[in-house]
Amino acid sequence: MEAHSSEIFVIGLTVFFLACIIGYYVVWSVTPALHSPLMGVTNAISSVIIVGAILAAGPFGHDISKIFGILGVVLASINIFGGFIVTYRMLSMFKKKPKKENKD
Amino acid sequence: MSANMVAVLYLLSALLFIFALRGLSHPESSRLGNIFGIIGMIIAIITTLMFKSVLSYAEIGAAIVVGGAIGTFIALRIEMTALPQLVAAFHSLVGIAAVFVAAAAFYDPASFGIGNFGSIGTSSLVEMSIGTFIGAITFSGSILAFGKLQGTVSGKPIVFKFQHTINALILFFIIALIIMFVINQSPTIFWSIVIVSIILGFLVVIPIGGADMPVVVSMLNSYSGWAACGIGFTLSNNLLIITGALVGASGAILSYIMSKGMNRSIISVVLGGFGGEQAASVTSDNSDKIVKQGNAEDAAYIMKNADSVIIVPGYGMAVAQAQHALREMGDILKKEGINVRYAIHPVAGRMPGHMNVLLAEANVPYEEVLELDEINHDFPMTEVSFVIGANDVTNPAAKTDETSPIYGMPILDVEKSQTVLFVKRSMATGYSGVDNELFYRDNTTMLFGDAKKMCENIVKSLG
Repeated sequence: MEAHSSEIFVIGLTVFFLACIIGYYVVWSVTPALHSPLMGVTNAISSVIIVGAILAAGPFGHDISKIFGILGVVLASINIFGGFIVTYRMLSMFKKKPKKENKD
Repeated sequence: MSANMVAVLYLLSALLFIFALRGLSHPESSRLGNIFGIIGMIIAIITTLMFKSVLSYAEIGAAIVVGGAIGTFIALRIEMTALPQLVAAFHSLVGIAAVFVAAAAFYDPASFGIGNFGSIGTSSLVEMSIGTFIGAITFSGSILAFGKLQGTVSGKPIVFKFQHTINALILFFIIALIIMFVINQSPTIFWSIVIVSIILGFLVVIPIGGADMPVVVSMLNSYSGWAACGIGFTLSNNLLIITGALVGASGAILSYIMSKGMNRSIISVVLGGFGGEQAASVTSDNSDKIVKQGNAEDAAYIMKNADSVIIVPGYGMAVAQAQHALREMGDILKKEGINVRYAIHPVAGRMPGHMNVLLAEANVPYEEVLELDEINHDFPMTEVSFVIGANDVTNPAAKTDETSPIYGMPILDVEKSQTVLFVKRSMATGYSGVDNELFYRDNTTMLFGDAKKMCENIVKSLG
């Protein structure tokens, strides 16, 4: 049992460091003009924590962990919808403007 | 659904999140990226709903609908100038959600396959308490940051004696609590960790002043990622670990870029207290210098007769909501055949990329909006620099005066252009409390007034 759980931890650690490295390179490639939308998107995806909240809210019954789970689902949903929508709003403003009065 | 299937779907969702970030490398690919992010999230949620243990669909569905409605409502209503507050508020939600998930895992570990109440494995307990700790700090820190950005709490840094010692002691206390928690798994200690971490979160953000907010908001962004990571380790969930690490890395890089934009180490920003006391000492000796003052007509005349104009916006533009009037002014100048561009300093505004979003909102084409290193060498060939609501980021003292608090900060070289027009409400110093010698130069004209009104008046004079 002990060996098993430490194995899981090491796998998690491997995934963690690889993800950090991917994050490092991907984020440096983000153009500075889009740093605000970047915060919007990261905010939305960090709410993937909803996965944990759903698992907690999943079983029937009304014990305390279920209440925390439901609350977690509500809060994470605010973030998911809010984060993606506000990012969408920001990004749609960065659309290429139709050439109207552009000087040559 | 088999465990392998779940793992594959979670992996897919993680990959989509990576592509969501990758899309932001260019405005044209960014919208597709956002869609990838949404699909990734939908996959993650549906996959989780398919778990055998997940039965109460009605409650979960209702929770998603309620949360989703609130989130949608807020996101659709928010003004773009209030974006920094909104992001801070959202971070606090991630933080508290992490605490709730950790609490749920603590009270009902069986649902997550990490043991039974009172006999959770040591490593799970450590991971759980770290997730809780970071989540709680993110929560309270973000709430205070929100208050400062919104103006409900004073943006002034609040410093008191032994601040750092107190914070360090609290941190040690939390570590001690975590050790105790791992040993006896008591709910009292769990909630003690939560409460003490919340207090620490407030104390960490209290000494940080308004203009350092870009760093703080990025840092809290980073924390919210690490909190998700901590929960990911607790639940042995790779999707949470990957996403948390992506977000954590993103926030950390943004904090780094922002503090570099101010030539200050992240540590000195975190320790805070910048911009409070120095103000008094430097302002006095310039009282006898002459300031050239102008009005909207002068500005219109000067710009109309120029070939090139670079506009330098700052937080003052956001406060005055001047971006639309400014764009109108830029449009008229462009029609006159004048080369109009915008120069953005990395720390202009209250969050990374704040100015870019506001200008985009006002329909300024993004090709005309340039970053510091892209445009700085063009100032000597530029006739007019139009500085609106920015101050410290143009102050030449950053290059010349070694005693200045902003010495070493990269600045926009507006002083090298032939004429500098400064739109400002008053002669007050910028955030750093340092006087800007540019105000007294021969080629500088000060345009006193509200940024928006000034732009509107210039537009009138141009027309």
